[in-house]
Amino acid sequence: MRYLLLSIILFFPALMKAQDSTLIKRVPQDTSRLIMNSDVMYNRPFLIIGKSPIAIGGYLEANTQYMGTDGVTDGFSFQFRRFTLFFSSTISKRIKFLSELEFEEGTKEINLEFAAMDLELHPFLNFRGGVIMNPIGAFNQNHDGPRWDFIDRPLSATTILPSTLSNVGFGVHGKYFAHNLSLAYELYLTNGFDANIIDNTDNRTSLAAGKSNPEKFEESNSGLPMTTGKVALKHRKYGEIGLSAMLGVYNKWKLDGVVIDKQRSVSAYAFDFSTTIANQTTITGEIAVVEVDLPSGSAPQYGAQQWGCFVDLVQPLYKGSVLNFEKSKINACFRFEYADYNVGTFTETSGAIGDDILTIVPGFSFRPSGQTVLRLNYRYHWQHDLLLNPPALTSGLQFGFSTYF
Amino acid sequence: MKNKSLVIITFLFLLFTAIACEKILPPAPADEDVLAGTIPGLTAQQEKEHLIGDAAFAKIFTAAEGLGPIFVQNSCSNCHVGNGKGHPSTVVTRYAHVNGSKVDYLLSKGGPQLQQKSIDGYLAESLPSEVNVFTKRLAPAIMGLGYIAALHDQSILANADSLDLNGDGISGRPNYVGPTSFFIAQDIHIAINGHYIGRFGKKAEKVMIQDQVVFALKQDIGITSDFDMEDLYNYELGVYAGDNIADPEASASFVNSLVFYMRTLKAPPRRNESDADVMAGEKVFTQIGCASCHVSTFTTSESDIAALSNQTFHPYSDFLLHDMGVSLDDKYPEGSANSNEWRTPPLWGIGLAEASQGGLFLLHDGRATSFETVIALHGGEAASRRAAFLALSEAEKAQLIKFLKSL
Ligand code: HEC
Ligand code: HEC
Repeated sequence: MRYLLLSIILFFPALMKAQDSTLIKRVPQDTSRLIMNSDVMYNRPFLIIGKSPIAIGGYLEANTQYMGTDGVTDGFSFQFRRFTLFFSSTISKRIKFLSELEFEEGTKEINLEFAAMDLELHPFLNFRGGVIMNPIGAFNQNHDGPRWDFIDRPLSATTILPSTLSNVGFGVHGKYFAHNLSLAYELYLTNGFDANIIDNTDNRTSLAAGKSNPEKFEESNSGLPMTTGKVALKHRKYGEIGLSAMLGVYNKWKLDGVVIDKQRSVSAYAFDFSTTIANQTTITGEIAVVEVDLPSGSAPQYGAQQWGCFVDLVQPLYKGSVLNFEKSKINACFRFEYADYNVGTFTETSGAIGDDILTIVPGFSFRPSGQTVLRLNYRYHWQHDLLLNPPALTSGLQFGFSTYF
Repeated sequence: MKNKSLVIITFLFLLFTAIACEKILPPAPADEDVLAGTIPGLTAQQEKEHLIGDAAFAKIFTAAEGLGPIFVQNSCSNCHVGNGKGHPSTVVTRYAHVNGSKVDYLLSKGGPQLQQKSIDGYLAESLPSEVNVFTKRLAPAIMGLGYIAALHDQSILANADSLDLNGDGISGRPNYVGPTSFFIAQDIHIAINGHYIGRFGKKAEKVMIQDQVVFALKQDIGITSDFDMEDLYNYELGVYAGDNIADPEASASFVNSLVFYMRTLKAPPRRNESDADVMAGEKVFTQIGCASCHVSTFTTSESDIAALSNQTFHPYSDFLLHDMGVSLDDKYPEGSANSNEWRTPPLWGIGLAEASQGGLFLLHDGRATSFETVIALHGGEAASRRAAFLALSEAEKAQLIKFLKSL
């Protein structure tokens, strides 16, 4: 499997070179309709090879950084964050198939992020089944590197909500249009999290730690399905807002038919928004809350409640020709993000529990074309430990790029 | 046009880098403000060993690696945060059934220590119904332990005066304890009837650092090691099996790394030593007799780590047991130590406690949140010193406390 994938990667640059020949054609993107977060997956730059029914696409992301914490630095590092391949095919007019494979940090982690079939019964009622993206928050649905002006993914989307999160399951989704408005909904049943969310080397409640169970393609740890639902509303002028929720059970409460514990719930809620002011400045953000029913004794090390948020501001500074890239853009950008991994107070002292992080990221991005971005970020973190001791300070510079091909 | 945009890019890039680079990395806190770092004079190889131990100390155990099945915390550094004193939320609880002079540690019911957490699919321990006394213990700082471990028993015995022959009201006594199965006596140890002087732990019940490490791995984290192969289990379940991870869950070299780490952590640094108030405070400390128990200076014996040989250090402890009176009597006797007896805790590093504890939590269970309260709770042998403290002028009290904060 690994070798097959590797050979595809090696073969790919050859294909890319041939891109302007007649063999490979870019699939025109449908820009007539309102594209919502739930649609982005199908609205990526795809290539078609000859008469093949399969369109192929992907992106890669790499960067270098120089970061340090409290005066200690590990020096420079070069990071190959991820390489993602997607394949899509239209099986018949109303049946589509899409898959997405992600290679993180070289080939250290290979994840099947998405592999699902879509069957359109009616624009407002589609069936989707396979390995699907749980529609919790907007970032999870719309996470392709080249779309973002920052090198790191938002903390609230990776460490509070576990982007990218996908599971085996099925459900329905649909869209409804009226004038300048569109309304989308999604509702799926999938496999859920396991008890690693409260037993992991992050030493804190972490949905991300509970998503990587190697058996997740076979079974749900709790034996119960997890429900994920989202509704989103988009106005052509004002932007998009979304509300989503994910509800499941994470523990092994039953062993060989014998009940050994109560069912312990895990739930996540998210609110996302994106808007463009004066046709210029884009503001994108998300707020996420996670709640976990803990067994006695897990608190306070593991939190029963977490929350986080991020707001990205992207301000175009210049549009036009730069170094002969005719349609390039230079943006100034700023991210504010916060994550509280453990909301509450210590019963023993009534003092507040720490374990939180606040980050600001000013930066610039240069987009020589619509599909490629070069980014320069400066990050600064203030991070408290569980006991709310004086915060550890981390900062540094990052430079990197991300591009579709 | 082309040139213009090039200029814009270059300008932005330079501006940005200039702003960012001016203070690109946050500064390191001053050496004297942190509870980390090695003793002076280690070899490069020893420094490297220390770092391996540092990682072991911070290691977070998961169920897949043998955590539990029942446990108190999943990592040494959860309790000994930043090598400093712990927080009331991570205290350990020990229990017993006491009937007159008979103490039953309820070993057949999971005693003496409570493991209130469990891995997924396993039942956590709760206090057996017979329990009528229990004690809570706050994690101590672990700085400078190598110096204490390198003391000759003679240096500890020099301050012992169990019959108070010198009439100063202080009758410190060493705690002689039976050695662990892996104990190998060194030149520094003086045995009496096969028993050795304990110097670690709140009741001085551990002879060597390793004794506490092996105990902590098992009783606090549920990790078996080459030195203790039997896993914990919940007696209530009636199933005498631990987790399904092969034992030992930690190797001898893992244990040795932890021991080496703690032997080579430097002594806590002092701050404002030459401040006039601090110096006056130290005088008061000696004058009113705090130093009868919190002895300032010791010198180590020969050690296999050259940097620890013949070193003078200032722990402010005598490593002896003292009767501390009723307020601090937790009704929980341990080994030969009575329930009102405690080992004098070293005071070095106490001025930095607040920055690692997320507050100030003093005494064996963290009940005191100020130095004044601590001293007010000193009774028993220390009662006369408490009275002397209360008789001090406000200025002298303030100096004394300023001195404590400089430690
Ligand atoms: C659940 C909290 C907790 C954990 C986890 C824990 N400790 Fe401790 N530690 C304590 C407490 C409480 C004491 C004091 C115990 C006593 O004296 O009764 C202590 C005492 C010690 C001491 C003796 C210090 C002295 O000055 O007497 C050492 C050494 C030590 N611990 C090392 C470790 C190591 C190594 C680990 C990890 C393997 C560890 N501890 C894990 C709470 C903890
Ligand atoms: C009889 C011996 C003795 C004398 C005299 C004595 N102490 Fe103590 N001290 C102890 C013991 C034993 C403890 C630990 C008690 C406990 O944890 O319950 C202690 C604890 C402390 C602590 C808290 C340490 C910690 O880590 O929580 C401070 C501070 C302290 N003493 C300061 C003083 C001062 C100041 C004086 C003089 C007024 C003094 N002591 C006199 C034996 C003594």
